Amino acid sequence: MIEARDLSKRFGDTLAVDHLSFTVQPGRVTGFLGPNGAGKSTTMRMILGLDHPTGGTATINGKPYAQLTSPLRTVGALLEAKSVHTGRSARNHLMFLAQTQGLPSSRVDAMLDLVGLRDVAKKRAGAFSLGMGQRLGVAAALLGDPQVLLLDEPVNGLDPEGVLWIRNLMKHLASQGKTVLVSSHLMNEMAVTADHLIVIGRGKLLADAATADVIARGSGQSVRVRTPEPGRLTELVTAEGGKAVLADTPPGDGGSAAADEAPVLTVTGLPAARIGELAASASVVLHELTPQLASLEDAFLELTSDSLEFGHLDSAQLDSQPAQAADGGVR
Amino acid sequence: MTTTTAAGQLESGAARSGVRAGFGHLMLAEWTKIRSVRSTAWTLILFVIITIGLTALFTWVTIANWTGLHAAPRDARALADPTSIIFGPSIYLGQLTICVLGVLLITTEYSTGVIRASLLAVPKRFPMLGAKIAVFAVLMTVLAEIVVFCSFFVGSAILHSRVSVSLSDSGVLRSTVGAGLYLTVFGLFAMAIGALVRHTAGAISIAIGVAFVLPILAGLLPDTSFFNHLVAYLPQQAGSVVYQVHPTGSQLLSAWEGFGVLCIWTALLLAIATYLLDRRDA
Repeated sequence: MIEARDLSKRFGDTLAVDHLSFTVQPGRVTGFLGPNGAGKSTTMRMILGLDHPTGGTATINGKPYAQLTSPLRTVGALLEAKSVHTGRSARNHLMFLAQTQGLPSSRVDAMLDLVGLRDVAKKRAGAFSLGMGQRLGVAAALLGDPQVLLLDEPVNGLDPEGVLWIRNLMKHLASQGKTVLVSSHLMNEMAVTADHLIVIGRGKLLADAATADVIARGSGQSVRVRTPEPGRLTELVTAEGGKAVLADTPPGDGGSAAADEAPVLTVTGLPAARIGELAASASVVLHELTPQLASLEDAFLELTSDSLEFGHLDSAQLDSQPAQAADGGVR
Repeated sequence: MTTTTAAGQLESGAARSGVRAGFGHLMLAEWTKIRSVRSTAWTLILFVIITIGLTALFTWVTIANWTGLHAAPRDARALADPTSIIFGPSIYLGQLTICVLGVLLITTEYSTGVIRASLLAVPKRFPMLGAKIAVFAVLMTVLAEIVVFCSFFVGSAILHSRVSVSLSDSGVLRSTVGAGLYLTVFGLFAMAIGALVRHTAGAISIAIGVAFVLPILAGLLPDTSFFNHLVAYLPQQAGSVVYQVHPTGSQLLSAWEGFGVLCIWTALLLAIATYLLDRRDA
């Protein structure tokens, strides 16, 4: 179990982590989500005793990291930043870590087999690809068979096979009753990996809830309705207390019949079944009736919209920027 | 690479069979770190070549150009204090490689990020640095003593036709043992600078400044009692007395007193480095 209590970290004038409190429970994968610069890595580094908190405490199984005897047997960590000497072989890197914990060399070889690095174990780690480096990091994290795992952006730069491998590994470890905290700025990855989410923005806690709840709390459920009579359906929906908005969907929008040029309404506040009943009772023809699940991405953007490190750019701004750059080039 | 193999190996329980780690384990881990990078081998090979090579070169030049007692000051010096010909240039330049190694052992941890892995494995900063210091000290003591004794025997054999010097002569054994100890402690001094500065180029510059530039600057100071005392207590000047049979400096410190002063400098810097390692974010 990982506990952060009132955890704060100040770098100069910036409060990178702002009185953060949360608990990470064993037996499930907890996603640590936030935009770049939200304070995820700093929080993890404070939990791991690498950075000193400006205020508050972080404990693992009730103890600060520095008080752990044989810490690698309690906590395994994969940091985003490189932590391997480029001139040292993978095996020697794991070997010195094992020796600090009194672990046998057989454990090093078992980990090299586990992550598939046995054939390159004697090669310099500096010659490793990003994916191989990440596998070595996972081997180091699992070396002491720890009960608690902290993984900082573990799937960054991995190919699809590697992403799947990490995802399955995390789920497997959680199923063994281990505590797994994994940070990411990739919402979709967290949606399929994490059972529970801790969302932060600008160092502040934004949400600490089950992944499904975070999604549900987002924009809410909506229903996509395609009908040749949008006016009549809008009246019916509004009369029932719902809200219908005409979506400016281009003809042949993916997902629905390509030839259908009937307008699309996005209805909120009413379940799909009720909309179908309303349409049937008034004999309004429907071409499509699809409940839309709010994605974690929507929920995340909504939660963090006030707390982005960088100002929000809307599409109009993005579109205008290349034009400005081109002007500058001419002058 | 499937989760099935992961399951089998993760649950093997091999990790539980190890013993609780003590300082010996930390030293073993530091030894693995030191021996598993190429820079260690290269600096130590250079150390052996430079130290023994310069001894051979300078003693050979002395003998080859021998003109007699009254003709050349160098010949007079060779007769009066043969160990100064054997050790003077070779230790002075040989310490350069040891400075580089001492610095690299700690600054590469920062430049490559290994320091994070090291501190995750050993979160208490003092034992981590302590084990590194202990391993480097043992390695250097053994290697430096072997090298300086080789240097002495090579040098005395070359000088033999004109000058006779043996370990049983007054102060010679102490100078030879002292030369090895001086190199070891000066390497630790450089390591402390590395731990304080944390950047390779900066730390090597400072260590070389203390070893090579300070003695030159000290020579420009006025010959007053105050400045003589100041210079005598500088790390390199104080420490070098221990490998001189007839000290060339102000002779304010005896051989072991001078060595003690270098040890105090080193201990002081290592203490500050440990304190800062504990205070600073890794």
